[in-house]
Amino acid sequence: MAGNTRKKKKAESFMDYSLLFIVIFLLAFGLIMVYSASSYESMLKFDDAGYYLKKQFFATVLGLGCMVVVTKIDYHWWAKIAKPAYLISAVLILLVLTPLGITANGARRWLNLGMSLQPAEVAKVGMIIFFADFICKAGKSIKTLKGFMITIGIAAPISLMIMTITSNLSSAIIIFGIVFLMLFVASPDYKHYVLGALIMFAVAAAVVYAVYTGLLPEELSYRLTRIKAWLNPEAYASSKGFQTLQALYSIGSGGIFGKGLGQSMQKLGYLPEAQNDMIFSIICEELGLFGATAIILLFVLLIWRFMVIANNAPDLFGALLVVGVMGHIAIQVILNIAVVTNTIPNTGITLPFISYGGSSVMFLMIEIGMVLSVSRGIRLE
Amino acid sequence: MHNKTFHRKKIVMICLCSILALIGLTGRLSYLMINRSEYYSKAARDLHERERKIKAARGEIIDRTGNVLATNRTVCTVSVIHSQIEDKDTVIRELAQALELSEETVRKKVEKVSSIERIKSNVDKTVGDEIRNKNLPGVKVDEDYKRYYPYDTLASKVLGFTGSDNQGIIGLEVIYEEYLKGINGTILTMTDARGIELAEEGERQLEPVNGNNLVISLDSNIQEYAEQIARNTMEAKQAEAVEVLVMNPQNGEILAMVNVPEFDLNHPFELPETIDTTGLTENEKQDLLNNMWRNGCINDTYEPGSTFKIITAAAGLEEQVVETGEDFYCPGYKIVEDRKIRCHKTRGHGAENFVQAVMNSCNPVFVETGLRLGADRFYGYFQKLGLLERTGIDLPGEAGTIMHKKDNIGMVELATVSFGQSFQVTPVRLLTTASAIINGGTLVTPHLAVRVEDADGNTVKTFSYKTKENAISKDTSDMMKFILEQVVAEGTGKNAYIEGFRIGGKTATSQTLPRGSGKYIASFIGFAPAENPQVIALLIIHNPQGIYYGGTIAAPRVKELYENVLPYLGIEKENEKSYTD
Repeated sequence: MAGNTRKKKKAESFMDYSLLFIVIFLLAFGLIMVYSASSYESMLKFDDAGYYLKKQFFATVLGLGCMVVVTKIDYHWWAKIAKPAYLISAVLILLVLTPLGITANGARRWLNLGMSLQPAEVAKVGMIIFFADFICKAGKSIKTLKGFMITIGIAAPISLMIMTITSNLSSAIIIFGIVFLMLFVASPDYKHYVLGALIMFAVAAAVVYAVYTGLLPEELSYRLTRIKAWLNPEAYASSKGFQTLQALYSIGSGGIFGKGLGQSMQKLGYLPEAQNDMIFSIICEELGLFGATAIILLFVLLIWRFMVIANNAPDLFGALLVVGVMGHIAIQVILNIAVVTNTIPNTGITLPFISYGGSSVMFLMIEIGMVLSVSRGIRLE
Repeated sequence: MHNKTFHRKKIVMICLCSILALIGLTGRLSYLMINRSEYYSKAARDLHERERKIKAARGEIIDRTGNVLATNRTVCTVSVIHSQIEDKDTVIRELAQALELSEETVRKKVEKVSSIERIKSNVDKTVGDEIRNKNLPGVKVDEDYKRYYPYDTLASKVLGFTGSDNQGIIGLEVIYEEYLKGINGTILTMTDARGIELAEEGERQLEPVNGNNLVISLDSNIQEYAEQIARNTMEAKQAEAVEVLVMNPQNGEILAMVNVPEFDLNHPFELPETIDTTGLTENEKQDLLNNMWRNGCINDTYEPGSTFKIITAAAGLEEQVVETGEDFYCPGYKIVEDRKIRCHKTRGHGAENFVQAVMNSCNPVFVETGLRLGADRFYGYFQKLGLLERTGIDLPGEAGTIMHKKDNIGMVELATVSFGQSFQVTPVRLLTTASAIINGGTLVTPHLAVRVEDADGNTVKTFSYKTKENAISKDTSDMMKFILEQVVAEGTGKNAYIEGFRIGGKTATSQTLPRGSGKYIASFIGFAPAENPQVIALLIIHNPQGIYYGGTIAAPRVKELYENVLPYLGIEKENEKSYTD
């Protein structure tokens, strides 16, 4: 009897602490790197070396608070607000068009709601919640082509709005990717998804080939120069290829062991967005291939923990929530590293938990809270 | 479990695909950070480093007595770094005051947005130090070397000068550039993207390698004295130019090479004040400068006139078409084909032997000698004595001889060539050939550079020069020395005679082309001691006013030179020598 109660207690209080520790480690490391990458520039700009660090620290603490609260909430509660989550996402994106919208770095992507907020980050969580619920309720019909088309059709407006209103292609791709992965998990079908993925890959390859051979008309030039710069950044060193080339200088000059923490030269104004989208190249420069590999390894562990939790989730809704979060983080990590290493064309994607950005950290922590909440529901048998 | 197996499988698949993608990216990172590391590191370093040059000190030019003729002075370059200036107005005021520039000029440069802007270079070291001591943020004082010539005008056309990059422009500075120049060093400093130097990153310095010193055969004392004589002559005779060449006829070492007017090597781009430059174009000014820098001893040719009779006489004696004791008669002219060639003494020298004819510088006798030699043989001596080639002196721009083609030499040409007219040579060419005739027949290469030394005085390189022996026989050489000594002892060159010294020589007076212009060139070539010449000098006066005879105006100047130079060179008077014997 005594053993039984202990077992029950233990089962109730299960939490994936390894996931929590990985996240906390990444957050702490992120703060160090944000400081390292931004202090010189922020000293010059704001006369305060810790300007970015302080803001990021505040967002991180707030995020941790949110995470704790969300962890305590039974994840089934989120199913109740699935539809409002979709609506809120859409409304927030539309609000960017109102005077509440903030323009920074030439793009109107933020909202001023007391603190600045990026609707795209809200939409990512919103879509995970909404589609986890939507797919569960759709039941077997999700397996049909019609069900698939309906789901994609519901996701499309949000994606398109993010792409057009906030001209944020990368977030649109990420949202589309998350929904795609959730659908893939929910459906027993392989053939069509693999085929779909192959078609998308083929289309992308065809576009690149067309750009490479100069077959496409001039009107598409904006996106095209980006691809041309990707193929040969040195030829576009003073325009579209500038940031990529600076990132490559940064990464390449790091070598195997790096220049040492704080020793980056490229962060001294050479590399734009050093503390933001490009932070991984500063990690490479300062900590070398070893440091960079260690961080990648941490993300691998993180994804592995997501997998374990998703596979042991008490129900499909929980599993889909975790799959959504896993997709979100995996896509961003892969795309971010791919961008800084010039493996894919340049597009603005932040590195989860490490890049500077308040909204991003806040909503990532909410997602982690949801995953931990799912993990608490796991029964140990 | 609520979840089906395929859900789990698919979740595992997503996980594996993600991990595969990350492994792939790690591979990409490894490629960039190992294989391409060197390339990107270099590109990044080139981007981060700002390069500043450290000029290498140029080697000195030192004369045979150890006097330094060309050296370096430390000067400063004052520049401003726009982004580092804190108090603009103070900087402008202080710099304008210290550098004696107008405030507008300084303001324009200070306010220009550039990474570094030069305000003034070649600033005196004391002024530079003064500015540095004010510690104005954004103001940079870099030390630098500037070529400095302690004797200002001495041997200006021989030494030459350097340009803004410390490169030789004319004279020895050009010819020996590779030894003198040295290798510039660099200071590499790390900067941020705005060009601000990062003190904590330190500097990488590639030390400059200073140039080596050049030791030349020139003797600054002889040069100075010869220049003084040349200047006095030019003034006294209101001449256009006076050239003096002093050489050791045994080995070709140039002891002095004077071309007055000389120019100030420390201000080589300033024309003499006597020239009015208003209204002249840049090209015209440049032509005037080029003219001022011209070294007449080697860059210009002239008709040597009677000094050339040394060669005619030597060729005639060598070929035995004349003998020293042979009797001639000069009626004051000689008819060659349809031409009547006059002797300078219109009444004629009357009866004279060959030695006396040389002493009298009698044209008809030399015409006769030339005609007896014939075009072929005479031309052959031009070749043997190197007259058709450049001497190969180690100075830039040596002019070649202007001579008839062998096939075009008729009787008249032959006759005029015999007394040094209708062809042109450079003074250095004539002096070198004359040297061969009096040194036993060796054609030397006239030269200035003796050796290259490093800063500690160790010899790095010793120069050697070509010589050609037996251009004429020793007997003929001995005979010529005897004859030419007679010219100075009792003939036309007697104004060069110094009691107690045995001096040989030959005078010349020639009209410049076109004939009848009333312009003359008076010259004298003289050597001592006559039996074993240690020094030979050629003095040429261009366009003297009044009396223009070489024997009257040029010979006494060489005498004046030798009065000091011979004792200076340790050549003793004959009678004094007998005491010590």
